[in-house]
Amino acid sequence: MKSKVVSMKEAVAGLVKDGDTVVIEGFTHLICFAAGHEIIRQGRKGLTLARLTPDLIYDQMIAAGTAKKLVFSWAGNPGVGSLHAFRRAVEAQPPRLEIEEYSHFGMVARFSAGCANLPFWVMRDYKGSDIPGANPLIRSVKCPYTGEELATVPALRPDVTVIHAQRADKAGNTQIWGLMGVQKEAAFASRKVIVVAEEIVDESVVRSDPNRTLIPGFQVDAVVHEPWGAHPSFAQGYYDRDNDFYVSWDKIARDEAGLKRYLDEFVCGVKGRAEYMKKQPGLAERLGAKNMVCQGVNYGY
Amino acid sequence: MATETKAATDYTLNELMTVLAAREIHDGDVVFVGIGLPNLACNLARHTHAPNMCLIYESGAVGAVPDRVPPSIGDPALVTGSLMVASMQDIFQAMLQNGKIQVGFLGGAQIDRYGNINTTVVGDYAKPKVRLPGSGGACEIAIHAQRVLLIAKLDKRAFPEKVDFITSPGSFSKGRKRKDWGHPGRGPVKCITNMGTLEPDERTGELVLTAIYPGVTIDAVRANVGWALKAKDPLAGVALPTAQEIKLLREKLDPKKLHIK
Repeated sequence: MKSKVVSMKEAVAGLVKDGDTVVIEGFTHLICFAAGHEIIRQGRKGLTLARLTPDLIYDQMIAAGTAKKLVFSWAGNPGVGSLHAFRRAVEAQPPRLEIEEYSHFGMVARFSAGCANLPFWVMRDYKGSDIPGANPLIRSVKCPYTGEELATVPALRPDVTVIHAQRADKAGNTQIWGLMGVQKEAAFASRKVIVVAEEIVDESVVRSDPNRTLIPGFQVDAVVHEPWGAHPSFAQGYYDRDNDFYVSWDKIARDEAGLKRYLDEFVCGVKGRAEYMKKQPGLAERLGAKNMVCQGVNYGY
Repeated sequence: MATETKAATDYTLNELMTVLAAREIHDGDVVFVGIGLPNLACNLARHTHAPNMCLIYESGAVGAVPDRVPPSIGDPALVTGSLMVASMQDIFQAMLQNGKIQVGFLGGAQIDRYGNINTTVVGDYAKPKVRLPGSGGACEIAIHAQRVLLIAKLDKRAFPEKVDFITSPGSFSKGRKRKDWGHPGRGPVKCITNMGTLEPDERTGELVLTAIYPGVTIDAVRANVGWALKAKDPLAGVALPTAQEIKLLREKLDPKKLHIK
Protein backbone atom coordinates (compact mmCIF):
# COMPACT_ATOMS: atom_id res chain seq x y z
CA MET A 1 0.00 0.00 0.00
CA LYS A 2 1.51 3.30 -1.12
CA SER A 3 1.73 5.82 1.69
CA LYS A 4 0.27 9.27 1.12
CA VAL A 5 1.33 10.50 4.53
CA VAL A 6 2.97 13.92 4.48
CA SER A 7 3.35 16.80 6.92
CA MET A 8 0.73 19.56 7.03
CA LYS A 9 3.34 21.92 5.63
CA GLU A 10 4.00 19.62 2.66
CA ALA A 11 0.32 18.97 2.02
CA VAL A 12 -0.55 22.68 1.85
CA ALA A 13 2.60 23.58 -0.10
CA GLY A 14 1.92 20.88 -2.66
CA LEU A 15 -1.85 21.03 -3.07
CA VAL A 16 -3.15 24.53 -2.24
CA LYS A 17 -2.36 27.24 -4.81
CA ASP A 18 -3.06 30.98 -4.86
CA GLY A 19 -6.50 31.63 -6.39
CA ASP A 20 -7.84 28.13 -5.65
CA THR A 21 -11.36 27.35 -4.49
CA VAL A 22 -10.72 25.80 -1.10
CA VAL A 23 -13.19 23.88 1.04
CA ILE A 24 -12.42 23.02 4.65
CA GLU A 25 -15.65 21.22 5.55
CA GLY A 26 -17.15 19.87 8.77
CA PHE A 27 -20.47 21.02 10.24
CA THR A 28 -19.44 22.23 13.70
CA HIS A 29 -17.68 18.84 14.04
CA LEU A 30 -14.20 18.06 12.61
CA ILE A 31 -13.36 21.51 11.25
CA CYS A 32 -9.68 21.42 10.38
CA PHE A 33 -8.30 24.58 11.96
CA ALA A 34 -4.78 23.18 11.60
CA ALA A 35 -5.03 23.26 7.80
CA GLY A 36 -6.50 26.77 7.79
CA HIS A 37 -3.66 27.98 9.98
CA GLU A 38 -1.05 26.42 7.70
CA ILE A 39 -2.66 28.11 4.67
CA ILE A 40 -2.36 31.43 6.53
CA ARG A 41 1.27 30.72 7.48
CA GLN A 42 2.17 29.95 3.88
CA GLY A 43 0.61 33.26 2.79
CA ARG A 44 -1.88 31.99 0.21
CA LYS A 45 -3.76 34.79 -1.55
CA GLY A 46 -6.87 35.25 -3.66
CA LEU A 47 -8.63 32.12 -2.42
CA THR A 48 -12.32 31.45 -2.87
CA LEU A 49 -13.29 29.95 0.46
CA ALA A 50 -16.41 27.76 0.41
CA ARG A 51 -18.16 26.09 3.35
CA LEU A 52 -21.70 25.97 4.71
CA THR A 53 -20.70 27.70 7.95
CA PRO A 54 -17.52 29.80 7.60
CA ASP A 55 -17.07 29.46 11.37
CA LEU A 56 -14.05 30.93 13.17
CA ILE A 57 -11.57 29.34 10.78
CA TYR A 58 -12.71 31.33 7.73
CA ASP A 59 -13.08 34.43 9.94
CA GLN A 60 -9.38 33.99 10.71
CA MET A 61 -8.48 33.32 7.08
CA ILE A 62 -10.46 36.39 5.93
CA ALA A 63 -8.71 38.52 8.57
CA ALA A 64 -5.34 37.17 7.46
CA GLY A 65 -5.99 38.28 3.87
CA THR A 66 -6.06 34.86 2.21
CA ALA A 67 -9.56 35.22 0.70
CA LYS A 68 -10.98 37.20 -2.19
CA LYS A 69 -14.38 35.54 -2.04
CA LEU A 70 -16.61 33.63 0.38
CA VAL A 71 -19.24 31.07 -0.65
CA PHE A 72 -21.49 30.13 2.28
CA SER A 73 -24.92 29.59 3.80
CA TRP A 74 -24.60 30.69 7.46
CA ALA A 75 -21.88 33.11 8.55
CA GLY A 76 -22.11 33.37 12.31
CA ASN A 77 -20.30 32.25 15.44
CA PRO A 78 -22.52 29.27 16.39
CA GLY A 79 -24.30 29.84 19.67
CA VAL A 80 -22.46 33.14 20.20
CA GLY A 81 -23.17 35.77 17.53
CA SER A 82 -21.24 37.45 14.74
CA LEU A 83 -18.11 36.66 12.79
CA HIS A 84 -16.51 40.06 13.12
CA ALA A 85 -13.78 39.86 10.45
CA PHE A 86 -16.41 38.68 7.96
CA ARG A 87 -18.74 41.50 8.98
CA ARG A 88 -16.05 44.15 8.76
CA ALA A 89 -15.16 42.94 5.26
CA VAL A 90 -18.72 42.88 3.89
CA GLU A 91 -20.01 45.95 5.72
CA ALA A 92 -17.10 48.06 4.38
CA GLN A 93 -17.91 50.33 1.44
CA PRO A 94 -16.77 49.16 -0.99
CA PRO A 95 -16.82 45.64 0.48
CA ARG A 96 -13.41 43.99 0.88
CA LEU A 97 -14.80 40.50 0.27
CA GLU A 98 -16.96 39.16 -2.53
CA ILE A 99 -19.80 36.91 -1.32
CA GLU A 100 -21.91 34.21 -2.95
CA GLU A 101 -24.71 33.14 -0.65
CA TYR A 102 -27.04 30.12 -0.49
CA SER A 103 -29.04 28.34 2.21
CA HIS A 104 -27.71 25.15 3.81
CA PHE A 105 -29.78 23.01 1.49
CA GLY A 106 -28.44 25.00 -1.46
CA MET A 107 -24.84 24.34 -0.44
CA VAL A 108 -25.57 20.65 0.22
CA ALA A 109 -27.17 20.46 -3.23
CA ARG A 110 -24.14 22.13 -4.84
CA PHE A 111 -21.84 19.48 -3.38
CA SER A 112 -24.33 16.76 -4.36
CA ALA A 113 -24.18 17.93 -7.98
CA GLY A 114 -20.41 18.22 -7.85
CA CYS A 115 -19.87 14.71 -6.53
CA ALA A 116 -22.38 13.26 -9.03
CA ASN A 117 -20.52 14.99 -11.90
CA LEU A 118 -23.68 16.87 -12.87
CA PRO A 119 -23.83 20.56 -13.84
CA PHE A 120 -26.55 21.47 -11.32
CA TRP A 121 -28.97 20.10 -8.74
CA VAL A 122 -32.73 20.56 -8.51
CA MET A 123 -34.61 21.28 -5.34
CA ARG A 124 -37.88 22.63 -4.00
CA ASP A 125 -36.62 25.77 -2.36
CA TYR A 126 -36.31 29.57 -2.49
CA LYS A 127 -39.78 30.47 -3.81
CA GLY A 128 -40.97 33.61 -2.02
CA SER A 129 -37.47 34.26 -0.65
CA ASP A 130 -35.15 37.15 -1.58
CA ILE A 131 -32.11 34.84 -1.64
CA PRO A 132 -32.25 34.19 -5.45
CA GLY A 133 -32.46 37.96 -6.00
CA ALA A 134 -29.18 38.32 -4.11
CA ASN A 135 -27.50 35.44 -5.95
CA PRO A 136 -28.10 35.18 -9.73
CA LEU A 137 -26.59 31.67 -9.74
CA ILE A 138 -29.76 30.37 -8.07
CA ARG A 139 -32.04 29.73 -11.03
CA SER A 140 -34.92 27.45 -11.96
CA VAL A 141 -35.81 24.75 -14.42
CA LYS A 142 -39.10 23.34 -15.62
CA CYS A 143 -39.51 19.67 -14.79
CA PRO A 144 -39.74 17.76 -18.12
CA TYR A 145 -42.16 15.25 -16.57
CA THR A 146 -44.57 17.37 -14.53
CA GLY A 147 -43.98 20.94 -15.64
CA GLU A 148 -43.24 22.00 -12.06
CA GLU A 149 -40.79 24.85 -11.67
CA LEU A 150 -37.86 23.74 -9.53
CA ALA A 151 -34.98 25.73 -8.10
CA THR A 152 -31.47 24.94 -9.31
CA VAL A 153 -28.02 25.56 -7.94
CA PRO A 154 -24.77 25.03 -9.85
CA ALA A 155 -22.36 22.22 -9.00
CA LEU A 156 -19.51 23.16 -6.69
CA ARG A 157 -16.19 21.64 -7.81
CA PRO A 158 -13.51 22.80 -5.37
CA ASP A 159 -9.86 22.70 -6.35
CA VAL A 160 -9.02 21.26 -2.97
CA THR A 161 -11.04 19.99 0.00
CA VAL A 162 -9.69 19.38 3.48
CA ILE A 163 -11.44 16.74 5.56
CA HIS A 164 -10.59 16.20 9.21
CA ALA A 165 -11.25 12.66 10.45
CA GLN A 166 -10.91 10.55 13.55
CA ARG A 167 -8.80 8.02 11.72
CA ALA A 168 -7.38 7.06 8.35
CA ASP A 169 -4.87 4.57 7.07
CA LYS A 170 -1.80 5.77 5.22
CA ALA A 171 -3.47 5.26 1.84
CA GLY A 172 -6.24 7.69 2.87
CA ASN A 173 -9.10 5.31 3.61
CA THR A 174 -10.92 7.60 5.99
CA GLN A 175 -13.26 6.73 8.84
CA ILE A 176 -15.54 9.27 10.47
CA TRP A 177 -18.25 8.90 13.07
CA GLY A 178 -20.52 11.42 14.74
CA LEU A 179 -21.77 14.35 12.65
CA MET A 180 -20.83 13.77 9.01
CA GLY A 181 -22.08 17.03 7.48
CA VAL A 182 -21.29 17.13 3.76
CA GLN A 183 -17.79 15.72 3.98
CA LYS A 184 -18.36 12.76 1.66
CA GLU A 185 -20.01 14.89 -1.02
CA ALA A 186 -17.37 17.63 -0.69
CA ALA A 187 -14.52 15.12 -1.00
CA PHE A 188 -15.97 13.50 -4.12
CA ALA A 189 -16.77 16.90 -5.67
CA SER A 190 -13.20 18.06 -5.26
CA ARG A 191 -10.26 17.76 -7.65
CA LYS A 192 -7.82 17.21 -4.78
CA VAL A 193 -8.44 16.00 -1.23
CA ILE A 194 -6.33 16.36 1.90
CA VAL A 195 -7.34 14.13 4.82
CA VAL A 196 -6.13 15.18 8.25
CA ALA A 197 -6.52 12.50 10.89
CA GLU A 198 -6.35 12.29 14.66
CA GLU A 199 -4.84 8.82 14.25
CA ILE A 200 -3.19 6.93 11.43
CA VAL A 201 -4.26 3.31 11.75
CA ASP A 202 -3.32 0.10 10.05
CA GLU A 203 -5.32 -0.88 6.97
CA SER A 204 -6.61 -3.88 8.95
CA VAL A 205 -8.38 -1.52 11.39
CA VAL A 206 -10.26 0.05 8.48
CA ARG A 207 -11.07 -3.36 7.01
CA SER A 208 -12.45 -4.57 10.35
CA ASP A 209 -15.25 -1.97 10.13
CA PRO A 210 -15.77 -0.95 6.49
CA ASN A 211 -19.18 0.68 7.10
CA ARG A 212 -17.35 3.36 9.06
CA THR A 213 -15.38 4.47 5.99
CA LEU A 214 -16.72 7.72 4.53
CA ILE A 215 -14.04 8.36 1.92
CA PRO A 216 -12.01 5.66 0.15
CA GLY A 217 -8.28 6.12 -0.32
CA PHE A 218 -8.51 6.48 -4.12
CA GLN A 219 -10.24 9.84 -3.63
CA VAL A 220 -7.49 11.13 -1.32
CA ASP A 221 -4.24 12.82 -2.40
CA ALA A 222 -2.53 13.43 0.93
CA VAL A 223 -2.88 12.17 4.48
CA VAL A 224 -1.69 14.28 7.41
CA HIS A 225 -1.39 13.01 10.97
CA GLU A 226 -2.38 15.96 13.16
CA PRO A 227 -3.77 15.19 16.63
CA TRP A 228 -5.99 18.01 17.97
CA GLY A 229 -6.00 19.46 14.45
CA ALA A 230 -9.68 20.41 14.72
CA HIS A 231 -9.47 22.41 17.96
CA PRO A 232 -11.49 24.57 18.90
CA SER A 233 -13.91 22.42 16.87
CA PHE A 234 -14.23 18.86 18.14
CA ALA A 235 -13.61 15.25 17.25
CA GLN A 236 -16.25 12.89 18.66
CA GLY A 237 -14.59 10.35 20.91
CA TYR A 238 -11.35 12.38 21.04
CA TYR A 239 -12.11 15.85 22.39
CA ASP A 240 -15.04 18.14 23.09
CA ARG A 241 -15.83 21.41 21.34
CA ASP A 242 -14.03 24.28 23.07
CA ASN A 243 -17.19 26.31 23.66
CA ASP A 244 -15.28 28.73 25.90
CA PHE A 245 -12.99 29.61 23.01
CA TYR A 246 -15.95 30.20 20.69
CA VAL A 247 -17.31 32.64 23.29
CA SER A 248 -13.94 34.34 23.76
CA TRP A 249 -13.51 34.71 19.97
CA ASP A 250 -16.26 37.33 20.07
CA LYS A 251 -14.00 39.58 22.15
CA ILE A 252 -10.78 38.67 20.32
CA ALA A 253 -12.21 39.39 16.88
CA ARG A 254 -14.31 42.43 17.76
CA ASP A 255 -11.44 44.77 16.97
CA GLU A 256 -8.94 44.29 14.19
CA ALA A 257 -5.92 44.76 16.44
CA GLY A 258 -7.05 42.05 18.86
CA LEU A 259 -7.58 39.64 16.03
CA LYS A 260 -4.16 40.40 14.58
CA ARG A 261 -2.58 39.78 17.97
CA TYR A 262 -4.29 36.39 18.09
CA LEU A 263 -3.07 35.45 14.61
CA ASP A 264 0.46 36.66 15.41
CA GLU A 265 0.62 34.55 18.53
CA PHE A 266 -1.35 31.37 17.80
CA VAL A 267 -1.09 31.04 14.01
CA CYS A 268 1.98 32.79 12.63
CA GLY A 269 3.85 32.57 15.92
CA VAL A 270 3.92 28.75 15.89
CA LYS A 271 5.36 26.25 13.42
CA GLY A 272 2.39 23.92 13.57
CA ARG A 273 -0.26 22.24 15.65
CA ALA A 274 2.12 20.63 18.15
CA GLU A 275 3.47 24.03 19.11
CA TYR A 276 -0.05 25.49 19.18
CA MET A 277 -1.01 22.80 21.68
CA LYS A 278 2.12 23.39 23.76
CA LYS A 279 1.12 27.04 24.13
CA GLN A 280 -2.16 26.00 25.71
CA PRO A 281 -1.39 23.60 28.54
CA GLY A 282 -4.42 22.04 30.16
CA LEU A 283 -6.43 21.93 26.94
CA ALA A 284 -6.22 18.15 26.65
CA GLU A 285 -7.28 17.67 30.28
CA ARG A 286 -10.17 20.11 29.94
CA LEU A 287 -11.55 18.80 26.65
CA GLY A 288 -10.53 15.15 26.39
CA ALA A 289 -13.48 12.86 25.64
CA LYS A 290 -14.79 10.26 28.04
CA ASN A 291 -15.13 6.71 26.80
CA MET A 292 -18.47 5.64 25.39
CA VAL A 293 -17.53 2.78 23.10
CA CYS A 294 -20.22 1.02 21.05
CA GLN A 295 -20.45 -2.72 21.11
CA GLY A 296 -19.55 -3.29 17.47
CA VAL A 297 -21.22 -5.49 14.87
CA ASN A 298 -20.63 -8.91 13.38
CA TYR A 299 -19.29 -8.79 9.81
CA GLY A 300 -19.14 -12.59 9.56
CA TYR A 301 -20.98 -14.65 6.98
CA MET B 1 -54.07 18.73 43.07
CA ALA B 2 -51.41 16.66 41.34
CA THR B 3 -48.06 18.38 40.65
CA GLU B 4 -48.63 17.82 36.93
CA THR B 5 -51.37 20.42 36.83
CA LYS B 6 -50.70 22.65 39.84
CA ALA B 7 -49.97 26.20 38.67
CA ALA B 8 -46.44 27.48 39.20
CA THR B 9 -46.29 30.35 41.65
CA ASP B 10 -43.36 32.08 40.02
CA TYR B 11 -41.82 31.87 36.58
CA THR B 12 -39.74 34.07 34.30
CA LEU B 13 -40.85 35.36 30.91
CA ASN B 14 -38.42 33.04 29.14
CA GLU B 15 -39.82 30.11 31.10
CA LEU B 16 -43.35 31.07 30.10
CA MET B 17 -42.36 31.32 26.42
CA THR B 18 -40.58 27.98 26.60
CA VAL B 19 -43.59 26.28 28.18
CA LEU B 20 -46.00 27.73 25.59
CA ALA B 21 -43.70 26.59 22.78
CA ALA B 22 -43.42 23.10 24.27
CA ARG B 23 -47.21 22.75 24.34
CA GLU B 24 -47.38 23.38 20.58
CA ILE B 25 -45.59 20.09 19.99
CA HIS B 26 -47.75 16.99 19.56
CA ASP B 27 -46.65 13.58 20.73
CA GLY B 28 -45.05 11.79 17.78
CA ASP B 29 -44.04 14.98 15.96
CA VAL B 30 -40.70 15.01 14.17
CA VAL B 31 -39.27 18.40 15.08
CA PHE B 32 -36.42 20.42 13.58
CA VAL B 33 -34.86 21.99 16.66
CA GLY B 34 -32.88 25.21 17.03
CA ILE B 35 -30.64 26.26 19.90
CA GLY B 36 -31.75 28.39 22.83
CA LEU B 37 -35.42 28.44 23.83
CA PRO B 38 -36.58 26.08 21.04
CA ASN B 39 -34.13 23.46 22.24
CA LEU B 40 -35.42 23.80 25.80
CA ALA B 41 -39.04 23.74 24.62
CA CYS B 42 -38.48 20.52 22.68
CA ASN B 43 -36.74 18.82 25.57
CA LEU B 44 -39.51 19.96 27.92
CA ALA B 45 -42.14 18.50 25.58
CA ARG B 46 -40.17 15.26 25.38
CA HIS B 47 -40.12 15.01 29.19
CA THR B 48 -43.83 15.81 29.58
CA HIS B 49 -46.63 15.26 27.07
CA ALA B 50 -44.65 14.21 23.98
CA PRO B 51 -42.34 11.30 24.90
CA ASN B 52 -42.59 9.93 21.36
CA MET B 53 -41.48 13.08 19.58
CA CYS B 54 -38.28 12.93 17.57
CA LEU B 55 -35.75 15.76 17.85
CA ILE B 56 -33.80 16.44 14.66
CA TYR B 57 -30.93 18.90 14.38
CA GLU B 58 -29.80 20.13 10.97
CA SER B 59 -26.29 18.99 11.86
CA GLY B 60 -27.49 15.40 11.37
CA ALA B 61 -28.53 14.16 14.82
CA VAL B 62 -31.88 12.34 14.69
CA GLY B 63 -33.71 11.31 17.86
CA ALA B 64 -31.23 13.28 19.95
CA VAL B 65 -31.40 13.07 23.76
CA PRO B 66 -28.87 15.74 24.84
CA ASP B 67 -27.81 15.45 28.46
CA ARG B 68 -26.50 19.02 28.47
CA VAL B 69 -27.84 22.26 27.00
CA PRO B 70 -26.21 22.24 23.56
CA PRO B 71 -24.38 25.55 22.96
CA SER B 72 -24.57 24.92 19.21
CA ILE B 73 -26.72 22.81 16.90
CA GLY B 74 -23.68 20.66 16.21
CA ASP B 75 -22.88 19.72 19.79
CA PRO B 76 -21.33 16.27 20.43
CA ALA B 77 -23.97 15.64 23.13
CA LEU B 78 -26.58 15.51 20.36
CA VAL B 79 -24.85 12.49 18.86
CA THR B 80 -24.27 10.45 22.02
CA GLY B 81 -27.29 8.19 22.51
CA SER B 82 -29.18 9.46 19.44
CA LEU B 83 -31.16 7.15 17.16
CA MET B 84 -29.29 8.04 13.99
CA VAL B 85 -26.64 10.33 12.63
CA ALA B 86 -27.55 11.33 9.09
CA SER B 87 -25.57 13.16 6.45
CA MET B 88 -26.84 16.66 5.74
CA GLN B 89 -27.91 15.47 2.31
CA ASP B 90 -30.24 13.00 4.02
CA ILE B 91 -31.45 15.61 6.51
CA PHE B 92 -32.43 18.12 3.83
CA GLN B 93 -33.55 15.77 1.06
CA ALA B 94 -34.85 12.50 2.51
CA MET B 95 -36.32 14.11 5.61
CA LEU B 96 -37.14 17.82 5.15
CA GLN B 97 -37.90 18.03 1.40
CA ASN B 98 -39.57 14.63 1.55
CA GLY B 99 -42.15 15.98 4.01
CA LYS B 100 -41.13 14.09 7.14
CA ILE B 101 -40.77 17.12 9.42
CA GLN B 102 -43.88 18.23 11.30
CA VAL B 103 -42.51 21.22 13.19
CA GLY B 104 -39.73 23.71 12.54
CA PHE B 105 -38.71 26.40 15.03
CA LEU B 106 -37.50 29.69 13.60
CA GLY B 107 -36.61 33.12 14.89
CA GLY B 108 -35.01 36.15 13.33
CA ALA B 109 -33.78 39.71 13.62
CA GLN B 110 -36.95 40.83 11.83
CA ILE B 111 -40.39 39.24 11.45
CA ASP B 112 -43.01 41.07 9.41
CA ARG B 113 -46.78 41.32 9.18
CA TYR B 114 -47.01 38.07 7.20
CA GLY B 115 -44.47 36.09 9.20
CA ASN B 116 -41.68 36.58 6.69
CA ILE B 117 -38.33 36.31 8.44
CA ASN B 118 -35.10 38.20 7.90
CA THR B 119 -31.87 36.68 9.15
CA THR B 120 -29.73 38.04 6.31
CA VAL B 121 -29.23 41.79 6.44
CA VAL B 122 -30.45 44.99 8.08
CA GLY B 123 -30.48 47.67 5.38
CA ASP B 124 -29.68 47.10 1.73
CA TYR B 125 -28.12 43.76 0.70
CA ALA B 126 -25.30 45.43 -1.23
CA LYS B 127 -24.74 48.11 1.45
CA PRO B 128 -25.57 46.40 4.73
CA LYS B 129 -26.09 48.37 7.92
CA VAL B 130 -25.76 45.12 9.82
CA ARG B 131 -24.76 41.93 8.09
CA LEU B 132 -26.52 38.98 9.80
CA PRO B 133 -25.46 35.32 9.44
CA GLY B 134 -27.90 34.41 6.64
CA SER B 135 -30.31 31.56 6.05
CA GLY B 136 -28.63 28.45 7.31
CA GLY B 137 -31.44 25.95 6.95
CA ALA B 138 -34.18 28.47 7.73
CA CYS B 139 -35.42 29.13 4.17
CA GLU B 140 -36.11 25.47 3.43
CA ILE B 141 -37.48 24.79 6.91
CA ALA B 142 -39.95 27.68 6.40
CA ILE B 143 -41.03 26.14 3.09
CA HIS B 144 -41.19 22.45 4.01
CA ALA B 145 -41.93 21.98 7.72
CA GLN B 146 -45.62 21.28 8.15
CA ARG B 147 -45.92 23.82 10.98
CA VAL B 148 -43.50 26.65 11.72
CA LEU B 149 -43.29 28.04 15.25
CA LEU B 150 -41.74 31.46 15.71
CA ILE B 151 -40.20 32.60 18.97
CA ALA B 152 -39.20 36.26 19.23
CA LYS B 153 -39.26 39.29 21.52
CA LEU B 154 -41.52 42.11 20.42
CA ASP B 155 -40.14 45.50 19.56
CA LYS B 156 -40.78 47.90 16.71
CA ARG B 157 -37.48 47.24 14.94
CA ALA B 158 -37.87 43.47 15.21
CA PHE B 159 -41.48 43.49 13.99
CA PRO B 160 -41.56 45.92 11.03
CA GLU B 161 -44.39 46.02 8.53
CA LYS B 162 -41.96 44.74 5.89
CA VAL B 163 -38.65 43.01 6.54
CA ASP B 164 -35.55 44.41 4.80
CA PHE B 165 -34.87 41.01 3.22
CA ILE B 166 -37.04 37.89 3.07
CA THR B 167 -34.73 35.06 4.04
CA SER B 168 -37.55 32.65 4.90
CA PRO B 169 -41.03 33.08 3.43
CA GLY B 170 -44.06 33.33 5.71
CA SER B 171 -47.77 33.30 4.84
CA PHE B 172 -47.62 35.89 2.07
CA SER B 173 -44.40 36.89 0.35
CA LYS B 174 -43.43 38.78 -2.81
CA GLY B 175 -47.08 39.22 -3.76
CA ARG B 176 -48.18 35.60 -3.43
CA LYS B 177 -49.72 33.32 -0.83
CA ARG B 178 -48.01 30.08 0.12
CA LYS B 179 -50.59 28.06 -1.78
CA ASP B 180 -49.76 29.97 -4.96
CA TRP B 181 -46.03 29.45 -4.46
CA GLY B 182 -46.75 25.74 -3.98
CA HIS B 183 -45.11 25.58 -0.57
CA PRO B 184 -45.78 22.16 0.98
CA GLY B 185 -45.83 23.32 4.62
CA ARG B 186 -48.49 25.45 6.31
CA GLY B 187 -45.98 28.12 7.28
CA PRO B 188 -46.03 30.01 10.57
CA VAL B 189 -48.84 28.76 12.80
CA LYS B 190 -47.93 30.67 15.95
CA CYS B 191 -45.52 33.37 17.02
CA ILE B 192 -44.68 33.17 20.71
CA THR B 193 -43.46 36.50 22.03
CA ASN B 194 -42.61 38.07 25.38
CA MET B 195 -46.06 39.77 25.60
CA GLY B 196 -48.50 37.38 23.98
CA THR B 197 -49.00 35.12 20.99
CA LEU B 198 -49.69 36.04 17.37
CA GLU B 199 -51.30 33.77 14.80
CA PRO B 200 -51.90 34.20 11.07
CA ASP B 201 -55.40 35.17 9.98
CA GLU B 202 -56.82 32.19 8.09
CA ARG B 203 -57.86 34.24 5.10
CA THR B 204 -55.11 36.85 4.72
CA GLY B 205 -52.17 35.26 6.52
CA GLU B 206 -51.61 38.48 8.48
CA LEU B 207 -50.30 37.97 12.01
CA VAL B 208 -52.99 38.83 14.54
CA LEU B 209 -52.77 39.05 18.32
CA THR B 210 -54.60 36.02 19.71
CA ALA B 211 -53.60 35.90 23.39
CA ILE B 212 -51.85 38.11 25.91
CA TYR B 213 -50.03 37.32 29.12
CA PRO B 214 -51.21 38.45 32.56
CA GLY B 215 -50.67 42.17 33.12
CA VAL B 216 -50.11 42.99 29.45
CA THR B 217 -52.44 45.34 27.54
CA ILE B 218 -53.26 45.32 23.84
CA ASP B 219 -51.94 48.87 23.56
CA ALA B 220 -48.61 47.81 25.05
CA VAL B 221 -48.32 45.06 22.43
CA ARG B 222 -49.28 47.46 19.63
CA ALA B 223 -46.60 49.91 20.77
CA ASN B 224 -44.01 47.23 19.96
CA VAL B 225 -45.25 46.21 16.52
CA GLY B 226 -44.53 48.14 13.33
CA TRP B 227 -47.94 47.72 11.68
CA ALA B 228 -51.56 48.29 12.75
CA LEU B 229 -51.83 45.03 14.67
CA LYS B 230 -55.29 43.50 14.73
CA ALA B 231 -56.43 41.69 17.85
CA LYS B 232 -58.79 38.75 18.04
CA ASP B 233 -62.04 39.55 19.85
CA PRO B 234 -62.36 38.31 22.50
CA LEU B 235 -58.68 37.98 23.27
CA ALA B 236 -57.66 34.80 25.09
CA GLY B 237 -55.33 34.43 28.01
CA VAL B 238 -52.76 31.63 28.10
CA ALA B 239 -52.66 28.55 30.29
CA LEU B 240 -49.84 29.40 32.69
CA PRO B 241 -46.90 27.10 33.43
CA THR B 242 -47.44 24.28 35.89
CA ALA B 243 -45.20 23.64 38.87
CA GLN B 244 -43.98 20.46 37.20
CA GLU B 245 -42.94 22.24 34.01
CA ILE B 246 -41.00 24.90 35.90
CA LYS B 247 -39.33 22.30 38.13
CA LEU B 248 -38.21 20.32 35.07
CA LEU B 249 -36.81 23.42 33.38
CA ARG B 250 -34.90 24.60 36.43
CA GLU B 251 -33.68 21.34 37.88
CA LYS B 252 -33.17 19.10 34.87
CA LEU B 253 -33.19 20.89 31.52
CA ASP B 254 -31.38 24.17 32.19
CA PRO B 255 -29.86 23.92 35.67
CA LYS B 256 -27.23 26.57 34.84
CA LYS B 257 -30.00 28.94 33.71
CA LEU B 258 -28.36 29.57 30.34
CA HIS B 259 -31.66 30.35 28.66
CA ILE B 260 -34.44 30.56 31.26
CA LYS B 261 -33.07 33.44 33.31
